[in-house]
Amino acid sequence: MLVLTATEMDAIALRHPHAVRPPFWAVWRVPAMAMAIAVYVLFSWWFFGIGQVLATTNWQIAGSYLLQWVTYEYRPTIAIDKDGAIKVGYPRFDPIGPNPDPAWMSLDRGMMERRIEAPASGAAQTSGFVASPFMAPPAKPATEQPATRREEVVKRAEVRFTNEARLVVTPDRVVVDKDGETLTLSVNHDDEVKAQGPLPAWATQKRAGDRVIVAFGASGWAQIDGSSVVIHKRFFGWVNFIFDTNSAFFGKSAGEVLHLVVSGERLDPARSNLALAVDDFLHNPSWQHLDVWTKLLETIVMAFIGTLFAALVAFPLCFVAARNITRNRAANQITKRFFDFQRSVDMLIWALFFTRAFGPGPISGMAAIFFTDTGSLGKLFSEALENIDGKPREGVTSVGAAPIAVQRFGVLPQVLPVFVSQTLYFWESNTRSATIIGAMGAGGIGLKLWEAMRTHTNWPNIFYMVILIIGTVFIFDTISNALRSRLIGRPQH
Amino acid sequence: MPNRLSDRAAIIERHWREQARTRRLYTLIGGGGLIVVVALSLVFANEANAGKFFERLPFFFDFTKDLVPRDWLEVLRAMFDLPSPYDDGSLKYNYPEGRYLVTADLYIPEYIEKMLETLNIALLSTVIGALFGFVLSFLAARNMMPNALVRGVARRFMEILRAFPDVVIAGFFLAVLTLGPIPAIMAVSIHSIGALGKMFFEVVENADMRPEEGLRAVGGSWIERVRFALVPQVLPNFASYFLLRFEINVRASTIIGAVGGGGIGELLRLSISQGHGAKTISIVILLFGTIVAVDQFSAWLRRRLVGGDAFLPAT
Repeated sequence: MLVLTATEMDAIALRHPHAVRPPFWAVWRVPAMAMAIAVYVLFSWWFFGIGQVLATTNWQIAGSYLLQWVTYEYRPTIAIDKDGAIKVGYPRFDPIGPNPDPAWMSLDRGMMERRIEAPASGAAQTSGFVASPFMAPPAKPATEQPATRREEVVKRAEVRFTNEARLVVTPDRVVVDKDGETLTLSVNHDDEVKAQGPLPAWATQKRAGDRVIVAFGASGWAQIDGSSVVIHKRFFGWVNFIFDTNSAFFGKSAGEVLHLVVSGERLDPARSNLALAVDDFLHNPSWQHLDVWTKLLETIVMAFIGTLFAALVAFPLCFVAARNITRNRAANQITKRFFDFQRSVDMLIWALFFTRAFGPGPISGMAAIFFTDTGSLGKLFSEALENIDGKPREGVTSVGAAPIAVQRFGVLPQVLPVFVSQTLYFWESNTRSATIIGAMGAGGIGLKLWEAMRTHTNWPNIFYMVILIIGTVFIFDTISNALRSRLIGRPQH
Repeated sequence: MPNRLSDRAAIIERHWREQARTRRLYTLIGGGGLIVVVALSLVFANEANAGKFFERLPFFFDFTKDLVPRDWLEVLRAMFDLPSPYDDGSLKYNYPEGRYLVTADLYIPEYIEKMLETLNIALLSTVIGALFGFVLSFLAARNMMPNALVRGVARRFMEILRAFPDVVIAGFFLAVLTLGPIPAIMAVSIHSIGALGKMFFEVVENADMRPEEGLRAVGGSWIERVRFALVPQVLPNFASYFLLRFEINVRASTIIGAVGGGGIGELLRLSISQGHGAKTISIVILLFGTIVAVDQFSAWLRRRLVGGDAFLPAT
């Protein structure tokens, strides 16, 4: 065994420096690349002003938007009247539906003397509605003396956000408990909110006397004004996904609905309960299932027809483009440059053009996919043709077959699986792209998704559509992978 | 009869005929089904479209006529922000207005500046995607990460990033941040992290493990093994995928620009929808040239990095 001493090593190093000392670039290549990347990232940070934008962004909005993907809110307003009567009301289209009596809110009722100014309020309503000089002046109140009446009102309202967090509204104070901390706010009708003691971390007030916002994390928040408390009670899930509040089946359990559908009295004399249920589901106004599914189908059709037609057109053209099939350089070059042109103009540009020509909708998207992919498929097809084995073709030619027969029996059997597999691959990837070009106006679910995103409010619907898109893409991936691996005879990816 | 078959051969012949008939029947049913599906799809698409195909087809050429500029020099003037002789104060001919002044006299034409911005968005997103994908790929590769939990988390994470359509991510960040290039950068980079991470970890899994064993034998730490055994092997392939992704991202950032992410895409959408012929054509030429140049450059570089193998047709 050869053993080198240190002096021998030094001697060798002296005689052959290049063998021991690696070249400069071999040592410094990776650090130099890292340095260059760091410099570039810093440059871009400055170029796009990223730091500035990130610093001024309100990341709470991002969190609240993300939360809205999978949650919903009920928004009752607890109003405190001048005389101390409490009234609980819901917005008109609140997802809780008519006649709400949620378990998380308990109301203590009691009798109370109230001054009723019925005629005045009636007149105020009319004049407030259409105050026009052409109408008769509002009728004078019948009695100047307001009447009093005993009626049952809410005296105390309690909202439980979680087991440890609750909010109690009484006529002159609002008490909020969270995780053992208690915040007592005294309220009055001059819209003045005074905290007794320091504010805990979960409560915010911009100025003394201003409204107070108390946050309960994912279970909601509340805004406390002088005369009203707006509750935002948040739940996980998608609300009214099957039946909306307008439906006759709203609020019924699955068993009840099934019972009604199978053997119940007709809710609508004109239709069977099954038809009613299906109709209510499909036309659910907050989720628009039928519309979303139709749009999804448009996207699928767009990708399917676009790719199929592209393959059908690319098929004959690729025989012209392949050097070994058509022995004419001019024809080869013209066809190939045509393919390059179609590919490079890009789906985006085609989509914008066709949207302008045919109006928004699947035809524009279809045409865009067709134009781009005629180029891409034509290029791949002609490359596959140029890589074939020439021997079967020679064999068929040698027995005197016609040119078409040579292609049919000598060439096609070799390339057809490749052609079909590539077409399937493009079909799969076009199902993804169809969503994106849809957003630019080519229709389908992309456009609907994009319109929903522009409102910045409809996040559950957006998530629903995203899930549908991801699911569709996944299904088509699986189908196309299975078909391709059967065609080519080995697993893909 | 000259070639009469024996009884057994006749049976085989009959079976063959039966099977051929079944096969032809299936082909016929399949083909017929396909034609029906295609016809139904076309009718459905035509119904769903805002303009009907045959109604709109004659007007298609009207629209193309709109795009023809008054003279072809207009295209050059639009591209380089030179004043137009037809300037009537309308948006159609206000080429010099978008000049990006470097000094009082020297300017970068608007479209070229926007094109550079789009390219920069694509490059930055690809760099960000590659940096994160690089780290994730070693955590997701079976040969470098024996812990199945870490591997699974890394892989699922990349799958989620890949699955979300980038227009959704862009829309989300457009809602949170302001309009402009940053939502586009975010969307394209998030998608790139997932896509590049997957490509990268497949490269790592196919790497030769003998250098790694050598380093392990002399007590190299995980980071040293990655740095000295794997990185030199995988770097050319990583670079090749990086370039491929860059090509894709140039297109993606243009598209996201068109839906509000800044850059040339937005200008193209505006000028097409307003029917500004010369502007549209100059942007299309610019885009076309850039895409071709980027594709050619990246193909050349990849060929140098990994040899011709990366150019076999994707079957």
